[in-house]
Amino acid sequence: MNPFTYSRATDGNAALSELAAANGQAKLLGGGTNLIDLMKMGVEQPKKLIDINRLAPLAKIEELPGGGLRLGALSRNSDVAEHPLVRERYPVLSQALLAGASPQLRNMATTGGNLLQRTRCYYFYDPAFPACNKRQPGSGCGALEGFNRIHAILGQSDQCIATHPSDMCVALAALEAVVRVQGPKGEREIPFGEFHTLPGEHLENDTVLGKDELITAVDLPAAPWVKHSHYLKVRDRASYTFALVSVAAVLEIDGGTIKQARIALGGVAHKPWRAKEAEQKLAGSRADEAAFRAAADAALAGAKGYKYNSFKIELARRAIVRALGTLAGTPRSA
Amino acid sequence: MNTPSIGQPLDRIDGWLKVTGGARYSAEIPVSGVVHGVLIRSTIANGRVAAMDIAAAEKLPGVLAVLTPFNAPRLPDKPGGVNDPRGGRRISVLQNDRVFYYNQPIGVALAETFERAVHAAELVNVRYDEQPPLVDLLSNESRAYAPRPPISRDRPVDQSRGDAASALADAAARVETTYFEPVENHNPMEPHATTAVWETPERLTVYDATQGIHNTRHRLANIFGLPPDHVRVICYFLGGGFGSKGPVWEHTALAALCAQKLGRPVKIALSRQGMFNNTGFRPELYQRIAFGADADGRLVAQRHECLQHNSMIDEFVESASVVTRMLYQCPHNYSSHRLVRLNIGTPSYMRAPGEASGTFALEGGMDELAYELKIDPVEFRLRNHADTDPSENDKPWSSKHLKECYQLGAEKFGWAKHNPHPRSMRTADGRWLVGYGMATASYPTRRSPSSAVARLLADGTALVQAGTQDLGTGTYTIMTQIAADALGLPVWKIRFELGDTLFPETPGSGGSQTAASTGSAVFNACTALKQRLVELAVNDLRSPLHGKSPGDVNVVNGRIQLVDFSVNGGSEPRQDNWIGETFADVVQRTGQPFVEVKADFKPANGEKFSMHSFGAQFCEVHVDSDLGRIRVARWTGVFAPGKILNAKTARSQLIGGIIYGIGMALLEETVYDKRDGRIVNPNLAEYHVPVNADVPQMEIAFVEEEDPHINPIGVKGIGEIGITGVCAALANAVFHATGKRVRELPITLDKLLG
Repeated sequence: MNPFTYSRATDGNAALSELAAANGQAKLLGGGTNLIDLMKMGVEQPKKLIDINRLAPLAKIEELPGGGLRLGALSRNSDVAEHPLVRERYPVLSQALLAGASPQLRNMATTGGNLLQRTRCYYFYDPAFPACNKRQPGSGCGALEGFNRIHAILGQSDQCIATHPSDMCVALAALEAVVRVQGPKGEREIPFGEFHTLPGEHLENDTVLGKDELITAVDLPAAPWVKHSHYLKVRDRASYTFALVSVAAVLEIDGGTIKQARIALGGVAHKPWRAKEAEQKLAGSRADEAAFRAAADAALAGAKGYKYNSFKIELARRAIVRALGTLAGTPRSA
Repeated sequence: MNTPSIGQPLDRIDGWLKVTGGARYSAEIPVSGVVHGVLIRSTIANGRVAAMDIAAAEKLPGVLAVLTPFNAPRLPDKPGGVNDPRGGRRISVLQNDRVFYYNQPIGVALAETFERAVHAAELVNVRYDEQPPLVDLLSNESRAYAPRPPISRDRPVDQSRGDAASALADAAARVETTYFEPVENHNPMEPHATTAVWETPERLTVYDATQGIHNTRHRLANIFGLPPDHVRVICYFLGGGFGSKGPVWEHTALAALCAQKLGRPVKIALSRQGMFNNTGFRPELYQRIAFGADADGRLVAQRHECLQHNSMIDEFVESASVVTRMLYQCPHNYSSHRLVRLNIGTPSYMRAPGEASGTFALEGGMDELAYELKIDPVEFRLRNHADTDPSENDKPWSSKHLKECYQLGAEKFGWAKHNPHPRSMRTADGRWLVGYGMATASYPTRRSPSSAVARLLADGTALVQAGTQDLGTGTYTIMTQIAADALGLPVWKIRFELGDTLFPETPGSGGSQTAASTGSAVFNACTALKQRLVELAVNDLRSPLHGKSPGDVNVVNGRIQLVDFSVNGGSEPRQDNWIGETFADVVQRTGQPFVEVKADFKPANGEKFSMHSFGAQFCEVHVDSDLGRIRVARWTGVFAPGKILNAKTARSQLIGGIIYGIGMALLEETVYDKRDGRIVNPNLAEYHVPVNADVPQMEIAFVEEEDPHINPIGVKGIGEIGITGVCAALANAVFHATGKRVRELPITLDKLLG
């Protein structure tokens, strides 16, 4: 734990100017459920914490004209999960939130903060490990040849095989949410699929968010068909642990035929992983197990496993089939 | 007669204090002027500390000192001292620069606030001369050695009867395989913590989270060269320990060393990460078994060989094969333990050390052999029941009701209803395979000398004291119940105190022996106190009971009384012919503030009887047929552990043991990076202990058991038997559900995907 200063922002503009003034040395404090932990571990070492919890407008959950929903960046995970409109229109999001963390953590954790969760890679989380390109650019990847049971099987590079830990974000990826961001140059909107990055040049950054930008909200587009959605989380214990593999699935079925589908996977990649090849396979198919298997195979076609996590490839396939089967109400084949 | 308190489901005496925050755990006891110490821990697993740059840390405001191997005071090097392996666990307290394992304490940052101390510790720059560590057990098996005897208190390292090799070769049915378990950490809710206060340069008081205040006292006295009565150890409440708070570890000695150096009280509370490698753990263990039976399903031979790792500096044996020597009638038996020294911390006692792991291999192997023979697993165990103890020349049991446990357990669980064929049962929706599994539970009855003191006060209440500990299991409550019944007082008139070395010496709270040993001492003290009071009454001219025979009186609710048929004639007890007086009357007449008796308990009959608890575990698991997820659906545990002192805390103890076993079987694994010996998951996010959602409906039942041989209260102890057999019952149920034998813990879903 390094010494840091603490201030409490009274309005959004003040927070932004403090952030800009700190020159990348400040962090915004929302629920703190991940940031404080990382500071204790010495992984995050901000010089300044700007507490934005008093920015009341950011805590709202409001209906958008046309049937969408805006989740303020400070809306708490528990409030979003239990919100009647979320439950009614976006069940996959409610289910994903409730599958994550514990009630105590969900009461604190915010929508914006959830987007910025850092990986649970062991080699990132503990500075006693010397090698982590994400924590210390250029130091190597401890997980590549190490204990990599929870690591990525899709979209990874030899520089980093970490996974994104969020459940909520997997649902948001499937829902094609939009991240609203405010910075010195004003507001911008980032499609959810572009918000998180794959391992590239700047591994220390998990997202495209600028160091001087503030997430203000996440918009859920109106799409009545996404009501037919489901989140399946497969993990080592029954509750309160990160996904080995998770699936957010959305299906529109008409007369036994799939009109359109969305599938996003958690626990398998550096970002919430949208399985577009699988979605294309499903569109126009019969809603049956053969189609689900074909979709699962398509989703995992490019997967690569390591010493301890190869099982995730088959597990992800089966989880996709299970999630789609649950959603379609198809009976289990013997 | 009083209604007996023993056996009643009395609420915890200390429950109110705990739920209101009034119970002060060791780290919470306020000590004025306390300095906060934070350990600096090695980030390598083998080598030397070449240099430590403490300049930046020492310059921080509020930082008082940074102790390192280069500047720490030297402790007296004498018998029993810190360098003497006989003194207790070998600990690294900055006396040299050697690093033997990752996370080893190599320094202490001391500051006025905890935060400053944390920061100072992080600013210390350490340079190492690093050597490649030995981390992997199997690839270093050629270095295996036989540990020094005895193990598990008084057992031989290896034991052989008959000729197991030939008998195995001739057996009609045979199972030969290996069971594996990884390192598991205790993870009690309350982290370890010590506050050390030097009252004078020669007198030390420590507030310690310990399972043995007297053990801590003796160890610290030895390390610092003090007479034992110059060290006082206090521990009023514990948030669990599971064995990890048995030995004295580095932080305790370092707190005292730092306090001595600074001349101020010092508190060192470990972080969760700091409890990995520094406070013991269950070692990685391979159990190679070969069991053979004849065509009638009678065991002819058992071989059970154990290979585990050990640290470079000390020795701890997970005595896993000891249970195989005694549990079944088997003429040919060979068992052994071998250790390999690695650059890993020292393993230590963890809930049912030996038995929790040993029953995994033994009871898994028994299930495999039962399937091989096509005999029901319960029936197979009944056929091989040991009527006497085969490991001790067929010594009789002091008591044993294992057959009754099987029978009652099978009945309550509905064992007979299941189709024994693997993969034959599913849940209604077809998605989950259903499996039934069972195993025998067994734990030795351990007893140690113990003492207690009981006082009857002038107000008629009693104060009973023993220098024992309450791990959170209910020691305060059961001792109160024992005292109440022995004295003939209601429980609300008893005040039981523990957790201070000023009180009479008792053994550590380990080996399930507190109720059996200290409970017996409390019983003896209170029984003797009652006798003393009765004698004072009948020998006192001023007493209405003067001249009566002590054998004729009884004590009810603190009143000594008898029916005097000479009063008003008649031959029936009537209201007007009861004579007597209260304890309070007797005490007040002495003119003293109290009447006191101190008594001891000394174990007896050990040479005549073999003493064990037994039980039977039955469970149902559901396994997701596609995803491999395992859910424990229900559990029935039936135990015969002697007298039950409190139906509620006993049930909790056994449920706790079973849950601990569910964690061991399905979830827990401390992962070492084999390249460098660092621990990958030293936190509760990545080291998985069971959460509520992992715990099924539990049914606990007892077979009533009177055992006059073990101790005056007939108590065997229940702290550990609950976990025994759990891993095997689960692995056996997973086999029945899926047809797959997983012999490698933890049984995670990836092992069932294939």
